[in-house]
Amino acid sequence: MALLAGAFGAVGAAIAAFPLINSLNPAKDTLAMASVEVDISDIPAGAAKTVMWRGKPVFIRHRTPEQIESAEDVNLQNLIDKQTDEERVKKPEWLVVVGVCTHLGCVPQGQKESDNHGEFGGWFCSCHGSQYDTSGRIRKGPAPKNLAVPPYQFLSDTKIKIG
Amino acid sequence: MASGEREPFQNTVVEWIDSRMPIFTMLQKEYGVFPAPKNFNYFWNFGAIAMFMLATMIATGIVLAMHYTANTHMAFDSVERIMRDVNGGWLIRYIHMNGASFFFIAVYIHIFRGMYYGSYKKPRELLWILGALIFLLMMATAFMGYVLPWGQMSLWGATVITGFFTAIPYVGESIQTLLLGGFSVENPTLTRFFALHYLLPFVIFAVVFLHIWALHVTGSNNPLGIDTKGPQDTLPFHPYYTVKDTFGLLVFLMIYCVFIFFMPDILGHPDNYTKANPLVTPAHIVPEWYFLPFYAILRAITFNMNLYFIVGLVFLFVLIVEFIWRKKPVYLSASAGWAMLVIGGFLILTGFTGDSCQRIDPKWLDENGGFKGLCGALQSLPGMSAAAAPISAKLGGVLAMFGSVAMLFVLPWLDTHPVRSARYRPLYKLFFLLLVVMFLVLGYVGSQPADASLLGIPLIYLGLAGTGYYFGYFLVLLPLLSRFEKTKPLPESIHQAVLSKQIKVEAKI
Repeated sequence: MALLAGAFGAVGAAIAAFPLINSLNPAKDTLAMASVEVDISDIPAGAAKTVMWRGKPVFIRHRTPEQIESAEDVNLQNLIDKQTDEERVKKPEWLVVVGVCTHLGCVPQGQKESDNHGEFGGWFCSCHGSQYDTSGRIRKGPAPKNLAVPPYQFLSDTKIKIG
Repeated sequence: MASGEREPFQNTVVEWIDSRMPIFTMLQKEYGVFPAPKNFNYFWNFGAIAMFMLATMIATGIVLAMHYTANTHMAFDSVERIMRDVNGGWLIRYIHMNGASFFFIAVYIHIFRGMYYGSYKKPRELLWILGALIFLLMMATAFMGYVLPWGQMSLWGATVITGFFTAIPYVGESIQTLLLGGFSVENPTLTRFFALHYLLPFVIFAVVFLHIWALHVTGSNNPLGIDTKGPQDTLPFHPYYTVKDTFGLLVFLMIYCVFIFFMPDILGHPDNYTKANPLVTPAHIVPEWYFLPFYAILRAITFNMNLYFIVGLVFLFVLIVEFIWRKKPVYLSASAGWAMLVIGGFLILTGFTGDSCQRIDPKWLDENGGFKGLCGALQSLPGMSAAAAPISAKLGGVLAMFGSVAMLFVLPWLDTHPVRSARYRPLYKLFFLLLVVMFLVLGYVGSQPADASLLGIPLIYLGLAGTGYYFGYFLVLLPLLSRFEKTKPLPESIHQAVLSKQIKVEAKI
């Protein structure tokens, strides 16, 4: 009897606590998933642009033929998170990835020419030393996954919509 | 009620209150005549100093909260306003900012003192655990407070620390979203951190109360680590230790004031005077100095733990429990133990090498055919790929970091040597001082960029060595010493030890 009463009390307390905890989850305005349209005509080959999407930076990189080649010419065996370059792009010269290190969420360096690009010519996360290649794949360091590819589509040759 | 045993006070007002609620009797008992060992050294000041710092932080914090605005658009400017426009606001903020550092200095010395003199041992285990809990709460409070000024380090520190939770398999991302109230550190994060930063110091205060309650049940430890045996071993707390604590506190406050008035920003990071920018991570992101050793432990695990590695570790752990923790092995014979050691070591080596192969530069492998063959063979083993590793490098780092704090909580059961004070344990003293050095080395490693090196050696190896020693100290060295260490003879009593020291000094004169 005491056990039953205790169990009922515990369930009641849990139900009462739920709205309090749930209120800490993202509010509706935060959830409203905005999509962004980006003009990519002003990004010359070899350069990159950063845009905000859902409060996170998205890297849009116009890759040079050498960068595409180095991204495609990789033995899958050597990858931590095995993905071909093809699976990660819609058009080989455009790489679109979420610019958040999959380790602990820093924004990796490598968007500017003068930045540290790491050993693999892509991005280098200065927080804990993760290194990404020209396809945004993790090659070295503590990050477990490749930079995420957000949902996006080409509206025209010079415009993409992220989200 | 206890009021029956009460001695009446002379002052009529005090007596009026005390006869209704014997608070003065309680104070008199716990802080007046309370018997404390008479051989305390200055390391015993730091509990009182930490208490003072807590009170300082709460007092300045409440005033600061009256001027601060918890909103991402206004937080940074409201802090600047405190610094420039609020009357004496700069002083209050500098007291609060540096107060966090000095609170941690006092608490670190307090903790290391407890470890050196064996204050965590029976019967003070619960007292020690409450202290470890205070330390944990302090870490949470300090972290959330650092987010409030909404500078670059605030934002990115919060991003990295809440990122720890994404290491948890399956539910990690949802937990992080729940903590942040969004998908990145944003306004909902700031407002809840402010609320908690205001709340937690009072929780700390409550646990400090329990900590002192437990202390006053068991009584204080002392530099000799032996129990008090009677009135000849003790002094009344007042005036002897109230005066000694006040003196130590004043010296401490003088140093604290040097920082407040002459180098208020030296313990912080210039980046935090740049407003938070979610698009740019500072080139060199480091936590506050008091987190650096733990941060180094987090970063030390750069390899994935695949099945081979984990099974090897489990083997080693079983061996530690069976042959080191137990007085006599229960389940394993010596030969089975050796076999497990060899197999476990081999599995760890296999798992580690196999995982490392995935990180070695392929060009280097091409030039060194032998290694290429080895790596190829290891890679072809089932479950060797990084994706199949149950504990990723990220999760491994987070587990190691939380584990390093958890060690404090179980310390009373890892070191079961009957002698408390390191004064009579020469080996323990050596290994403990080495631990302090390693802790400082880890702090240095944590302060450096992830890819830094010292004298050509990458610092991650130094971090790994420090992490290894840290866990080895708690899990292997302490249990071993508990069983085998021969101690120096203990003095008869505190009184006798104090007296013989006095005689020696007089003889010299």
